[in-house]
Amino acid sequence: MEILEQVARELELGEDENVVEAVRRAIDQGESAKEILDNGLIKGMNTIGEKFKNHEVFLPEVLLAARAMHAAMELLKPLLIRDGIPSKGKVVLGTVQGDLHDIGKNLVGILLKGAGFEVIDLGHDVAPEQFVETAKTEGASIIGMSALLTTTMPSMKKVVELLKKENLQGKIKTIIGGAPASQAYADEIGADAYGYDGSSAVECVERLAND
Amino acid sequence: MEAILNRIKQGEILIGDGAMGSLLMARAKDLIKGKCPEFINLSRTDILEEIARLYLEAGADIVQTNTFGGSPLKLSAYNLQDQTEEINRVAVQAVRKAVDGKAYVSASCGPCGKMLKPYGTVEPEEMYQSFLRQLKVIIEAGADIICVETMTDIKEALLAIKAAKNISPTIPLMATMTFDKTPRGFYTMMGVNIEKAAHELEAAGADIIGSNCGNGIEKMIEVAKEFKKFTSLPLIIQANAGLPTVKDDVVVYPETPEFMAEKSKELAAAGVSIIGGCCGTTPEHIRAIGQAVRSR
Repeated sequence: MEILEQVARELELGEDENVVEAVRRAIDQGESAKEILDNGLIKGMNTIGEKFKNHEVFLPEVLLAARAMHAAMELLKPLLIRDGIPSKGKVVLGTVQGDLHDIGKNLVGILLKGAGFEVIDLGHDVAPEQFVETAKTEGASIIGMSALLTTTMPSMKKVVELLKKENLQGKIKTIIGGAPASQAYADEIGADAYGYDGSSAVECVERLAND
Repeated sequence: MEAILNRIKQGEILIGDGAMGSLLMARAKDLIKGKCPEFINLSRTDILEEIARLYLEAGADIVQTNTFGGSPLKLSAYNLQDQTEEINRVAVQAVRKAVDGKAYVSASCGPCGKMLKPYGTVEPEEMYQSFLRQLKVIIEAGADIICVETMTDIKEALLAIKAAKNISPTIPLMATMTFDKTPRGFYTMMGVNIEKAAHELEAAGADIIGSNCGNGIEKMIEVAKEFKKFTSLPLIIQANAGLPTVKDDVVVYPETPEFMAEKSKELAAAGVSIIGGCCGTTPEHIRAIGQAVRSR
């Protein structure tokens, strides 16, 4: 157990080499990949997420922890697949067409991965069709869209409409976020959820995934 | 015109200008769509001149250039980095022509849109070179003052200041950061509080420091008071007209010219030397603020 706590602590500190080293030791000591993920990496990420929410740490610390988690997952992923451990769900994520702002979207991606979701990040300037096509081919059940510019927000509506047209509404759920987005806008366009900030986005995705 | 720092030293309060982006959008929406606001510098200097004139006529003592995203690193997101020189040069020239010596030309220099290593991908030297390239053009084109603004990472702000000082040790320099109010006080997104910002910006050689964007004017009064605790440098505050909401695809900023004008008296009372506006403010806001501050 102690080694898992060490994994969590190293993740909080954010030095990727140290995290990978701790994960390697945990594997050597016979911990299962799932244990290392749940009680090491995700636990550490939760602590960082909590501190971020409380303004005790800021974006740099979260980004460093995310980078470390990413490095450690390279090591764990083959083991998780070997053990037949499914992820919590797949989320297709992107900043909508015409919009290049991705700090908020990246943060949501980090926190979702930290919570155990598989994230397919399409980057920025993502066309409505691309969101829907990717979700279909990857078998994702949730599409997350971000916008910072008010001028690009109508693109969110197009995604919801596309899903409706293809009879996928309800099967593939949508969540929106970003400075100009709001619950009122989500209601207006028929999106399934609105994430006020990174942590609330994760809570919403958890809820949508369990619906 | 008398040197800007002398006027401030003598106790004068100067009025900055208001938002640029919304005025550009209203005039060249199709041109900007899918591009950056600086793209219009390449073909529509008439719009740049018109906006500068509007703010001059509204009573601004300082008028900004449309160069916020004009660093080559930032422009590279739109594949415009090769036009860095022209984009920045014509923007300074347009404001100079429009204000014709009746206001100071302030060259805006915003974040490069990428983060520094280790949490980001950019080496400090690369970011420094990017600011250097932008600011060299701006200073050569005859800007009166540099405004490093909307910064959230103190290291990025310091790289921009260093670049400006390297090109011209004497050009006046303003540096402002963007803070959020948290239950633990004001912090930037990257975790910089006002004490740290004040100390480091001053140590780097900024002449005027403060905050822009991120807050409406009431929170900015708190920000100004906090800055006063940690610096004796002159302060600049450029508040948003509140935080935007979207209704039927239209952005609405809640704070009226009258409201901001009334509150700007408190900024003046708190000892702020330059009062202007950021997102959502218009020439009407600047006119009202100027009248309120001057008739105190």
